[in-house]
Amino acid sequence: MVKKDQESTEKDTTVSGFAEAPPRVSERQRFQRVFFSRKIVMFGMVILVALVFTAIFANLLAPYDPYKPDMSSSLLPPNREHLLGTDIFGRDTLSRLIYGSRTALAVGFISVGIASVIGIVAGITAGYFGGITNIIIMRAIDTLMPFPMIVLALIVAGMLGGGIHNVIIALSIATIPPYTRVTHGLALSVKETDYILAQRSMGASHLRIMMNHILPNAFPPIIVLMTMMLGSLILAEAGLSFLGIGIEPPGAAWGAMVNDGYKYLQDHPILSFAPGLAIMLVVFAFNMVGDGLRDALDPRLRGLL
Amino acid sequence: MTTFIIRRLLHGLVVLVLVTILIFFAMRLLPGDPLLIYLAQQSQQNLRDLPPEVLEQLRHEFGLDKPLPVQYANWLSGIFKGDLGDSFFYRQSVGKMLLDRFPVTVYLGILAMIVSIILGILSGMLAAIRRGKWVDNVVTPLTYIGVTIPIFWLGILMIYVFGLKLNLLPIAGFTSPFVDFGLSTKQLIMPVFCESIFGIASNARQMRSSMLEVIRQDYIRTAWSKGLKERVVISKHALKNSLIPVITLIGMGVSFIFGGSVLVETVFAIPGVGRLLVSSIFNHDYMVVQGITIIIALVVLLVNLIVDISYGWLDPRIRYG
Repeated sequence: MVKKDQESTEKDTTVSGFAEAPPRVSERQRFQRVFFSRKIVMFGMVILVALVFTAIFANLLAPYDPYKPDMSSSLLPPNREHLLGTDIFGRDTLSRLIYGSRTALAVGFISVGIASVIGIVAGITAGYFGGITNIIIMRAIDTLMPFPMIVLALIVAGMLGGGIHNVIIALSIATIPPYTRVTHGLALSVKETDYILAQRSMGASHLRIMMNHILPNAFPPIIVLMTMMLGSLILAEAGLSFLGIGIEPPGAAWGAMVNDGYKYLQDHPILSFAPGLAIMLVVFAFNMVGDGLRDALDPRLRGLL
Repeated sequence: MTTFIIRRLLHGLVVLVLVTILIFFAMRLLPGDPLLIYLAQQSQQNLRDLPPEVLEQLRHEFGLDKPLPVQYANWLSGIFKGDLGDSFFYRQSVGKMLLDRFPVTVYLGILAMIVSIILGILSGMLAAIRRGKWVDNVVTPLTYIGVTIPIFWLGILMIYVFGLKLNLLPIAGFTSPFVDFGLSTKQLIMPVFCESIFGIASNARQMRSSMLEVIRQDYIRTAWSKGLKERVVISKHALKNSLIPVITLIGMGVSFIFGGSVLVETVFAIPGVGRLLVSSIFNHDYMVVQGITIIIALVVLLVNLIVDISYGWLDPRIRYG
């Protein structure tokens, strides 16, 4: 009732000729309006939905077995049966491309999951407790910072001996720092606020405060960071598999396909071109959606993330 | 300011020591015995047939029979003397190997850095002051592509178009500019472009948005109302302030360029540290990997230190507490 009264008085002031009150919109409406308004963001969204769909239904969508060699149809140019041609082992490029989406998405999502959990826990713990805990955690993160992401991932994955599991471990380690930095700063600024003090005085445990009161504050930047990181991770995974570290043959990964096709560049450029284009589209889509999410969730993050 | 620099230097030193510990112990804790791999490749025979005495002797030769902390101390004290140990695989001093290859990577990297700074800042600035015009409509979509494109793939595309189809540029290799400057430059055009594309695009994006921010400020309006020419308003008044956020990116750019050199040097068969790093990882050649990563980390730390300090010079409003 009280709320309704307020609204009616506001209306009255408008009628009497004062400045018009801004229309009331909920957070969700504002989010939807901003997020869905940009065409390029929607374009990214469509690509991502298509990608997830492709990865899930790869076995139904792929016209051929992506792994079975068929020497009789080796290095065919694109034709009606093989839309993107075949590789040296006679495997259908399109089918391998479709299966490659599974590798890209699996590596991306699992690494983002691992890195974000470790990074967020470390960041909040460091910021909240401060002191020696803070110094130890932040120095550990500083130690990871001077390595270029792909170099760090290359060393860890290479020394572990390659394979998709090791690539995931390596990429997870290499992408922990940004999550820690973001949540650390947030925890530092939030822990001094009155409502945290109030929680303390009511006897809430540290864990409860960190989980229920500090973590939710960090959601907008973390969601944006995760989306952007998915793009970087897929790019890095492609780089690693291009260098020969990653999924073992005959598994399909886009980066490795670019490298395999490189040998036949002169006569069969499509073998390299197609998987590279797939990588680019997907990374582009994740970046666009990340941009859109950032503007819709919290425009102040522009320039920070 | 001086206290800030000293504190920042100390912090950098602590991180550097931690980095050496991380590199050294990570390398040893990860599985795979480099000597066994080396010997297997050397002798082409089954490792079980290998006499243990030979193995022991080799371990002794490379100091691998000592306890880990002692090995670490030896390695660390060696670094200060400029001795990075010996490669198991190439049977050479790592320092000497890097002396041949680092200049190549650094030369390529500096060129890429210069290109990314100049092209990035110029195109970002143009896009901002001609917002919504054709320059902006060309530059902005290109920057989106620039931060997304896999650089190894861009390299292959360029090799296909400019090398194989148009026959304009050599498709791979590296020649010292002191030996044949013309050939060296021709060989470098594509690698430098690939290595700088991410930097160009991200600098341009940052430059565009910070320039848009700055030209809305009151002091810019004052400059216009004084009747100054556009060239003067932009170059004398707007440029310096909009550069500050870009400088941060340039600090990070060093890291990206080292990361990129791993891929670019592989695509274009350039004998730099990036390619050596990849092959050394496949050979489990500890000492080489350690040597390369420690130098990369050192350079990245140093550049970021310089960037941090240069803020104060660029923007006197920033005070270090």
